[in-house]
Amino acid sequence: MAETTLTVATVNNGDMIRMQKMSGDFEQKHPGISLDWVTMEENILRQKVTTDIATKGGQYDIMTIGNYEVRIWAKQGWLVPLDDLGDDYDAADIMPAIREGLTYEGTLYAAPFYGESSMVMYRTDLFEAAGLTMPEDPTWAFIGEAARALTDTENEVYGICLRGKAGWGENMAFITSLGHSMGARWFDMDWQPQFDQPIWTDTLQFYVDLMTDAGPPGASTNGFNENLALFQSGKCAMWIDATVAASFVTDPKESQVADSVGFALAPHGGTDKHGSWLWSWNLAVPASTEHADAAKAFIAWATSKDYTTMVAEVDGWANVPPGTRTSLYENPEYREAAAFADMTLRSINAADQADPTVDPVPYIGGQWVGIPEFQGLGTAVGQQFSAALAGRVSVDQALENAQRFTEREMKKGGYIE
Amino acid sequence: MARTVSTQRKAAVTVLAWVIGLLIFFPILWTVLTSFKTEGEAIANPPSFLFFDWTMENYTEVQERSNYLRHVVNSVAISFGSTLIGLIIAVPAAWAMAFSPTKRTKGILMWMLSTKMLPAVGVLMPIYLIFRDLGLLDTLIALIIVMTMVNLPIMVWMLYTYFKEIPADILEAARMDGAGLRQEIVYVLAPMAVPGIASTCLLNIILAWNEAFWSLNLTAASAAPLTAFIASYSSPEGLFWAKLSAASTMAIAPILVLGWFSQRQLVRGLTFGAVK
Repeated sequence: MAETTLTVATVNNGDMIRMQKMSGDFEQKHPGISLDWVTMEENILRQKVTTDIATKGGQYDIMTIGNYEVRIWAKQGWLVPLDDLGDDYDAADIMPAIREGLTYEGTLYAAPFYGESSMVMYRTDLFEAAGLTMPEDPTWAFIGEAARALTDTENEVYGICLRGKAGWGENMAFITSLGHSMGARWFDMDWQPQFDQPIWTDTLQFYVDLMTDAGPPGASTNGFNENLALFQSGKCAMWIDATVAASFVTDPKESQVADSVGFALAPHGGTDKHGSWLWSWNLAVPASTEHADAAKAFIAWATSKDYTTMVAEVDGWANVPPGTRTSLYENPEYREAAAFADMTLRSINAADQADPTVDPVPYIGGQWVGIPEFQGLGTAVGQQFSAALAGRVSVDQALENAQRFTEREMKKGGYIE
Repeated sequence: MARTVSTQRKAAVTVLAWVIGLLIFFPILWTVLTSFKTEGEAIANPPSFLFFDWTMENYTEVQERSNYLRHVVNSVAISFGSTLIGLIIAVPAAWAMAFSPTKRTKGILMWMLSTKMLPAVGVLMPIYLIFRDLGLLDTLIALIIVMTMVNLPIMVWMLYTYFKEIPADILEAARMDGAGLRQEIVYVLAPMAVPGIASTCLLNIILAWNEAFWSLNLTAASAAPLTAFIASYSSPEGLFWAKLSAASTMAIAPILVLGWFSQRQLVRGLTFGAVK
């Protein structure tokens, strides 16, 4: 049999690197297939795989893509359906919330490798010292009060760390879900931008005030990694971000506060909508590949229950890719090893991509809006909001600019007249 | 009367040169130091300069994860290949412009330079599609062609300024002595222009070695050079500075050694024609 080489484009995250290390097992089980890895930073990966798939470049046989892309690309006919990953694959075991985001017109177009939502990570020791108790399901009002009470600028401890760096996957992931949980929305049912509504003024003002009163200095340039570093070094009392961070902040090798971290659901604004997002990194096969069957065999291996067990045997249960299979959360060994397992599961279940807002919207998504234009829109609006946080523009001005820009782009895209 | 420079002024200039030199070198030094730290120490605030637990684990991990040697071979092939092809085109072009100028020579030179003002991303899609249709995506040939094109204006300009310094009378004398075009170039022009050609080559190799935009966009697995190797260590979720620094140190090491041994030619090439 001729040797088939699969080129795998993937993102430089811990779980993906582990997959690369484990992939010898796949090659051993499939003697005719070898793997070539292309690991990239998220933004470069997105740019390269989008260029490749849109032009049918055919450079990759397997792509790592987010749930934001899956439906948009499936609609374009750019992805190979993945409904036939083998009899023992057990696709029904994939968490319904995650599977829904990867399904277009009843067909699965990508297999989830790991999934995440957002939640509150907080310092139990600081809460105890201040006589505060974190509810399992906190409101934004409580978070605001607690953050201000816990801020101790003299000792460089800040009440809350949140994303401020501009970008559709940076500050806008947080602010969009914050807005959704407060009752704001990007568009009404006629695709009219809604940044001119009072609820957005309340939302953005709340965010800016909270970060001004209780956030670390220079927060407008902080993303996931900057906040991770701050939290791990004991400078944040609370951090609301991706659930995947839980394994980092509880790792004693990396975190100075590993033994005093608690978890709670992403806050809500008094409505039944939580500001929890839903993200998964998924493996998909571009329609331009010449090795679709071999690529599917790899995806079936990498996203199987057996892979999870193999990782657990080698690196321990705490290091298995989280957030994709229901059976993992029913596994007592995993629940014991990962203190954050229960809250991760609840956060993922609390996220509702199909109905993320209080009022109805024409889009799906939680921390993003599922239209191709959102990458550009989100980044441009994110720049305005980041500028408001930095104090370069007022909240009103930032919202006015966001509204004007979004209206123009939506007209250009043919959504509105 | 020769101008005398006071000792004080000399000392001041020396100190200033050292300060500027150290300032420029500091990011490289910091990268090398960071590569020996743990991820936690790499982002510690305040940072530690020398007193930390030195570790080689970043280098071990980079070696395990990436095929470093393949990236080095690709970088060498792209930078040396594009330099060689560039030289074959640029030497005759610069020779013609320096010794047989026409009224359009200056205009052509300026036009060539103006191509450097176009943002590379502006022509990404056409070039990407052309290479896709030619089946050249993720090949060394594609990168060599692009690097040659990208650096050709600089090569022609540098060689042109070099050749202009060579008195045309010498070439004319050679012609009067019966030298043909080939002999004129090989025996008269080339020996005098060797330092200029050498520094042009060195600069071109360094530029091609460090180029990131095209190498990131036109390669995947097979032809990816060291710039793509470095980029693979950046991460949006998780600490990466120590590993990224280790990868950067490994990527710049070969070109740093080359630059060290050829610094005299490099400096001469870069400053040539600056003072007239």
